Amino acid sequence: MTDSLAKRILVAVLGWAVALLLFFPIFWMVLTSFKSETDAITARLFFQPTLASYGEVFARADYLAFAFNSIAISLGGTVLALALAIPAAYSMAFHPTPRTRGTLLWMLSTKMLPPVGVLVPIYLLFRTTGLLDTRSGLIGIYALMNLPIVVWMLFTFYKEVPHEILEAGRMDGATTWGEVYHLLMPLTLPGVASTGLLSLILCWNEAFWSLNLTSSHAAPLTAFIASFSSPEGLFFAKLSAASTMAVAPILIFGWFSQKQLVQGLTFGAVK
Amino acid sequence: MATLSLRNVRKAYGPVEVIKGIDLDIDDREFVVFVGPSGCGKSTLLRMIAGLEQITGGDLNIDGKRVNEVGPADRGLAMVFQSYALYPHMTVSENMGFALRLAKVPKAERDTKVKEAARILQLGPYLDRKPKDLSGGQRQRVAIGRAIVRAPKVFLFDEPLSNLDAALRGQTRIEIARLHEELATTMIYVTHDQVEAMTMADKIVVLQAGRVEQVGSPLELYHNPANIFVAGFIGSPRMNVIDATVVSAGGGGVEVRLPSGAQIVVEVAAGAMQPGMPVRLGIRPEAMRIDPSGPIAGEVRLVERLGGLTLLHLGAEGRDDLIVQVEGTSAVEAHQAVRVSADGAACHLFDADGLALPRLARHQLVA
Ligand SMILES: Nc1ncnc2c1ncn2[C@@H]1O[C@H](COP(=O)(O)OP(=O)(O)O)[C@@H](O)[C@H]1O
Ligand SMILES: [Mg+2]
Repeated sequence: MTDSLAKRILVAVLGWAVALLLFFPIFWMVLTSFKSETDAITARLFFQPTLASYGEVFARADYLAFAFNSIAISLGGTVLALALAIPAAYSMAFHPTPRTRGTLLWMLSTKMLPPVGVLVPIYLLFRTTGLLDTRSGLIGIYALMNLPIVVWMLFTFYKEVPHEILEAGRMDGATTWGEVYHLLMPLTLPGVASTGLLSLILCWNEAFWSLNLTSSHAAPLTAFIASFSSPEGLFFAKLSAASTMAVAPILIFGWFSQKQLVQGLTFGAVK
Repeated sequence: MATLSLRNVRKAYGPVEVIKGIDLDIDDREFVVFVGPSGCGKSTLLRMIAGLEQITGGDLNIDGKRVNEVGPADRGLAMVFQSYALYPHMTVSENMGFALRLAKVPKAERDTKVKEAARILQLGPYLDRKPKDLSGGQRQRVAIGRAIVRAPKVFLFDEPLSNLDAALRGQTRIEIARLHEELATTMIYVTHDQVEAMTMADKIVVLQAGRVEQVGSPLELYHNPANIFVAGFIGSPRMNVIDATVVSAGGGGVEVRLPSGAQIVVEVAAGAMQPGMPVRLGIRPEAMRIDPSGPIAGEVRLVERLGGLTLLHLGAEGRDDLIVQVEGTSAVEAHQAVRVSADGAACHLFDADGLALPRLARHQLVA
């Protein structure tokens, strides 16, 4: 509050610079998507806008099918991850054992493993069990992929809830499920919501597993984008149009949920 | 109707035993206070009674039935937590009605009970507020209200006043005592504050390091402490304790010599006391008075004027904090040399193990 004017200007300038830097590629992508292929190769800012690329993208691929897969898989993966993580985080936050800390760290450490390291075994498992190119297979992978982060986030939110509130609930006759449903859920809703949002975004943007484990039936929008980067020369305008269409839903979603997301992520700090 | 009995109740966290075998009987409608220094295991014991903490060994009986394995809600007890532990997302009336809602009590009946509790606690105007919009004292009353609504057999309080300011603490203390009268239920109250214990309890249980030091009425503990720990813990300002040596022991009491050579006859049963044995003499500040011909000589180090009373801190008998309580009108000043005498009938004597020798005469209020 008492910062000097110069410092505030500096912070504002820095903030804007970072924001513009982050935003520029998206801006350029959207711009390129409205260019003709010839304009797209040049880096000019002024051009004759055209919807030709969008038309071609729509003609060549079934956007809605990919989009539906993205939505189904992201939602499914997130719901499954939350369903597994809520009891796990509850148990670790409210009934810790000497091994809880280690378990949490171990879960997180699995995120350090490069996914490609387990590609072959996972692929073989999927082939044997018939999960290749199925939405349920991808939902399972996405849920497991995000599980460590989801458990960690929920654990930190749950840690903020005083034990005595749950104990008061127990004295009042709440079962374990009652404690979670009547007390923990409402109290940590902002945290759980932002965890869910983050998981949705991570699922939506995931490309490694979707490209390797799906071909047509269950392929989400990341595969849709990839299908436009053809080896016989790049068509930047079409690629940009496809990318724009792939990221648009999550961008719009992110725009509307950003307040919730920020509120949830700073939940612990402001309480 | 609710009686409790604890038989050799123990609690261990891994290899560490924090409750070391407690035997205790609590009568119906009794107001029992667990008191002891911080960390002595009061909360743990209360939480074991509540069912929030597993009992490692021994038996806990409520109304004669063993309840070690009964869940907290099914023991018929209600607890008021130190932090109040109100449900922040519920209104005052939802907080108070939560247990009834879980028990599927019809809404109309629930409302009646909540309103009744709100009336007793003067919470009527706040029923629709959230806990965050209440003052500390109001939150405290909601926490009590939540317990009342369940009509429990036993109320459990864990240091319920420690988050209130001094004025409110005094007032709430009286309210809880009044509530005990009005509801006529058994109450178990945990505190580290001996004033709360003295003023509220029918029966005080003094705990130290997971063991019961003494059980008794407030005045019993005050006049006949079983050992030096209880003597020091009960009573404010603290009892003065001076190292002494037995000079003679007989039917009229035990005569002891203080470090300065002064001698006092303490009216306690001599038991196995022999001349020359080391003992500790306990004198409450109010059992001493300024007396020009008194045996103890000292210098006033500090004068604490409380208005009606004045506390003199003396340097005497090798101590520099011997407290003497005198009238508020006393003109004694710091750095003045004084002589004081002690009432031998009101003094206590503790043997080398810290155990009290029985007084010859019981105090008239402690029959
Ligand atoms: N969950 C626990 N694990 C290990 N030790 C504990 C635990 N809870 C309490 N203790 C120990 O038990 C002792 C008694 O604690 P407590 O009952 O809270 O004391 P009080 O309420 O009298 O201040 C303390 O020494 C405390 O460190
Ligand atoms: Mg405590």
